[in-house]
Amino acid sequence: MIPMTHFLVLGAILFLIGAAGVLMRRNAIIILLSIELMLNAVNVTFVGFSRHLADMTGQVFGIFVITVAACEAAVGLAILIALNRDRTMVNVDEVNLLKW
Amino acid sequence: MEIYFFYMFAGGMIITSLLMVTRANVIHAALLLVLTFFFLAGVFVLAGAEFLAAVQILLYAGGIMVLYLFSIMLMNVEVAVRMRQWHRQGVVVFVAVVLLGLQIWAVLGEVEFAAPKQWEWSLGATPGNVEAIGAVLYTKFLFPFEVASVLLLAAMIGAIVLAKRRIER
Repeated sequence: MIPMTHFLVLGAILFLIGAAGVLMRRNAIIILLSIELMLNAVNVTFVGFSRHLADMTGQVFGIFVITVAACEAAVGLAILIALNRDRTMVNVDEVNLLKW
Repeated sequence: MEIYFFYMFAGGMIITSLLMVTRANVIHAALLLVLTFFFLAGVFVLAGAEFLAAVQILLYAGGIMVLYLFSIMLMNVEVAVRMRQWHRQGVVVFVAVVLLGLQIWAVLGEVEFAAPKQWEWSLGATPGNVEAIGAVLYTKFLFPFEVASVLLLAAMIGAIVLAKRRIER
């Protein structure tokens, strides 16, 4: 039997790695991949609680999280392709047209 | 026995995700994230979420990551490998991540978990995991399920509008 804390610590570590990736990288695609990692870290916590409480709700919410992640990937990649059409722009700090 | 497999999958996930965050080549990063998702599916199986593990491999590793790889193919990513990879805000990131980690640590240190409840079903018995998820998803969570379909439709239309070529008149 795996202790509940193990799931929570694993989720926390993965979330922190993803958050550090979002904050530190310049490459927009790697930032999107890091966001996927953070969403999956949340899923680890959901599934851990689902196991702990013997309740299906956590797994159902895991499915919803995967749905939201799919939407986020589709829209995010569409924005990146639109940015890449005219000139090569793969770093987030080059996209500063609206920056004050 | 179970716990050793958990440590193996968890260690694999942490190593591959750290490698993913530090790669300069985005294709390597995407493939490392696929590997992370396979390890994550293993963790899900250990937690008794077999359906979610299958969805993780089919949908995440098979669907979403292929979408990423196709998009990378459409973009000009070779130039990015030779550019500076990191923002010059390491101190801010360090402070933010350490604070977040300390918060999580403080909360986890406080909580004392009771012994886990037992599933009403077990592996191989009926109703199984898929049946149990379906029974909850299509009754109690029917409305969020329908909202998710509207969200998918909105994302589909948004992606088409954003990514399509402007038509010259």
